[in-house]
Amino acid sequence: MTPMDRLRALPGLWKWLPAVAAFALYPLAANDYLLDVAFFFGVYTLLGLSLNVVLGEVGLFDFGHAGFYAIGAYTTAILNTLYGVPILVLIPVSALAAGLFAYLVVSPVIHLRGDYLLIVTIGFGEIVRIGLINNPWGLTGGSNGVVGIDNPVLAPGMVIENSLGFYLLIWCLVALSILGLENLQRSHIGRAWNCIREDEIAAKATGINVRGYKLLAFVLGAALAGVAGNVYASKMMVVSPHSFTFMESAMFFCIVLIGGMGSIPGVIVGAAAISLFPEVFRGFAQYRMLFFGAVMVAMMVFRPAGIWPCRRGFLKMPGRPAAAGPRNGSA
Amino acid sequence: MHLFFEQLINGLTIGSFYALIALGYTMVYGVMKLINFAHGDLFTLGAYVGYTLLVVGGAGVGHHFGLWGGMVLAMGLAAVILAVVGLLLERIAYRPIYASGRLPVVVSALGASIFLENAMMVVWGPRYLAYTSDVVPSAMIRVWGINITVLQVMILVLSFVLMGALYLVVQKTTFGAAIRAAALDRDTAALMGININVIIVFVFVLGPALGGMTGVMVGMYYRQISFTMGWGYGLKAFTASVLGGIGNIPGAMVGGLMLGVVEMLGAVYISAAWKDVFVFLVLILVLIFRPNGLLGEAVAEKV
Amino acid sequence: MGAPEVEAMEPARIMTPPADDVLLETRGLTKRFGGLIAVSDLDLDVRRGEISSLIGPNGAGKTTVFNVVTGIYRPDAGEVRLGGEGIGGWKPHRIVARGIARTFQNIRLFPEMTCLENVMAGRHCRLAAGFWTALLHAPGQRREERQAVDFCHGLLERVGLERFANELAKNIAYGSQRMLEIARALATRPRLLVLDEPSSGLNPRETEELIGFLRELSAEGLTLLIIEHDMNVVMGISDWITVMDEGRKIAEGTPEEIYHNPLVIEAYLGREDADEEGD
Repeated sequence: MTPMDRLRALPGLWKWLPAVAAFALYPLAANDYLLDVAFFFGVYTLLGLSLNVVLGEVGLFDFGHAGFYAIGAYTTAILNTLYGVPILVLIPVSALAAGLFAYLVVSPVIHLRGDYLLIVTIGFGEIVRIGLINNPWGLTGGSNGVVGIDNPVLAPGMVIENSLGFYLLIWCLVALSILGLENLQRSHIGRAWNCIREDEIAAKATGINVRGYKLLAFVLGAALAGVAGNVYASKMMVVSPHSFTFMESAMFFCIVLIGGMGSIPGVIVGAAAISLFPEVFRGFAQYRMLFFGAVMVAMMVFRPAGIWPCRRGFLKMPGRPAAAGPRNGSA
Repeated sequence: MHLFFEQLINGLTIGSFYALIALGYTMVYGVMKLINFAHGDLFTLGAYVGYTLLVVGGAGVGHHFGLWGGMVLAMGLAAVILAVVGLLLERIAYRPIYASGRLPVVVSALGASIFLENAMMVVWGPRYLAYTSDVVPSAMIRVWGINITVLQVMILVLSFVLMGALYLVVQKTTFGAAIRAAALDRDTAALMGININVIIVFVFVLGPALGGMTGVMVGMYYRQISFTMGWGYGLKAFTASVLGGIGNIPGAMVGGLMLGVVEMLGAVYISAAWKDVFVFLVLILVLIFRPNGLLGEAVAEKV
Repeated sequence: MGAPEVEAMEPARIMTPPADDVLLETRGLTKRFGGLIAVSDLDLDVRRGEISSLIGPNGAGKTTVFNVVTGIYRPDAGEVRLGGEGIGGWKPHRIVARGIARTFQNIRLFPEMTCLENVMAGRHCRLAAGFWTALLHAPGQRREERQAVDFCHGLLERVGLERFANELAKNIAYGSQRMLEIARALATRPRLLVLDEPSSGLNPRETEELIGFLRELSAEGLTLLIIEHDMNVVMGISDWITVMDEGRKIAEGTPEEIYHNPLVIEAYLGREDADEEGD
């Protein structure tokens, strides 16, 4: 058994122990800069998890996910700067806004075949970005964006304003999301999603409401991305359209794939790879992205299933060993 | 009224660019079922190659062969160089990954795109580069009261000739039938004795070559090039190929031209700032009512 | 076959079917694909508790009928009624909830999921848990999952596949995959089980087991509708047979009647028919 298999075999929540320990101990060793790096790692993890619902679980090609991220960020930015609504209150509001947006725009196109859905989602992402730049009704601040966003307030006198605070905030949100997503993955909903990914027609014929579950995945994925947008907006105190480009959407896509499609630990690893890699190579400036692109290609050549592929077979009959060895998780 | 026709010509010119680039996407997709995200960067590379040949060293090539000779040479060389790069791309970034499924190929394509884009930045620098005015024809002519530049005429003529030739090859020759067969069902085509490797080489040579030539043309038309060009053109061209029905070669031509015209007219008569949104809305509407694109055929799945 | 005998008989029905409790019926069912008429004006009756077969040469439109009945296609004309309720044009998952389950000619399992998970997929439409109870892993949902696992494991035992419960569906033998697909269909608790060429690809021993199993299901009260090419199977277990050719019904009746029907014989022998058994 590989170390990963040993880790997987641990019962229930115990397998998260190393991660929780690392999370708790990290701030002791890190300065503000490193905490910020870990913050963005957390944001990318949350975004990766949100796309994983759509792409990893259901297998839908969503290349416009940055659009949902943007909707969440701007909802927070606008409502906070215009009406003074507190940041933490805006977390569910942003999630709702992004989810509702997803429901409205994706419903008419949810039936499209994979590659066509891909271009349509790219289109949605671009429409959001261009819309934000063009500053409709003067709300979005155009190319410069919205400034002056508050910090989150937990209680009177307890404001999250330093790197440590944001680090804790994002990773608590990530932890909650992982809990919920793992529950969903093991439930009939996760099964339904995976059935749709494997064979849509068979899923229909087996009694699964394919359209409904696809939409559910998109709405949930958008809502989580909206939450990420909220925290991002509060940390940066400024949002602008330049943070929500197609390249961002492409990066989320890579996080899910490089980590291992459908696999929650894989997403964490993928997010680490994508967000930490440029940090590691900071010294190389120009050649950094060159190297990054080459590594992406190499990864797919040598390990296409991802770094931590999803292991099938969540349902086990007690006392019976599952089929041994990780399987290639890609369709 | 004259304005309308001038905008129409502008739209057709841009549309030709989209169409030629879209052909690269659609041919590769048709046979390989892969979206070559790096294709936009290949087109950009063509523009840079053209720049190097024409402008570097003080109107290098144009100096020796004259304005038109320089242009022909630049486009020809760009086509050749891009064909080679295209083949290398296929060998290195795609061929080893086909067996792993469709999604890993997407990531690899993205990685290749990032690599190429940044490679161009490293080699040529991050700033905009300009095709100087002495390598570009600037004459204007007046036809039926409409102003049209000689450059536009050349672009339109060349584009239509290229598209026409490709159309004839694909629709009227045996080799073209083989390409269409491979695009419909690669495995069966292979079983029928069609040499798929030859077809793969063909699409990865012709697509990038056309893209490279288009890069030179865009450089001459807009005069300014940058290493991020590929992104915008690539997305529009890919949209055009989907609009026409992805995998369908005449569809890519129609889709590209249509997209250029719609974009131009949208920019002039509706709003320049929202023109890209307008284009995407047209695409989404078309796909809602014709999920397989304008010319695409619904290939029914056997249940 | 003497020509005079053919002319003396009615082209379609030999006997009117007894007007027993009809579970599934179609009236005037028509389905077109572009210019091709796959099914034309079909009246089909499937009676409760019986095993009905739908036979005919390749291309007769049998699978298309199945696809319309199970909601994969919408009918262009005509009605489909289940237990008296019109279901034509309904979405597939709604039809499954109403009580029709099916298997496919080219087995369509979920290959990367375990056998148990495949059967659990069938159970899906009978689960009451919703999104929030699943998200929170509430006690009610936990209990329901456990019960579902027990139920599906029981089904696996019934078809003899319990030892493969944690094995990926793509790894088990072809014959076992067929039985798994049937188990998955049974997990939806159907009133009517629709099977598309269930014996295709099975060896004689496996076919025997299949026939025995189908008889068992029928004895328990399940209604079956089968497309089959293997005449041994058809003649052996059918209570009623409907014959199609080129989209139309050309005959129907008991196995005995169909066996001697010259129109049926002509339809089969007059074409390139791969199946030579049982004539």
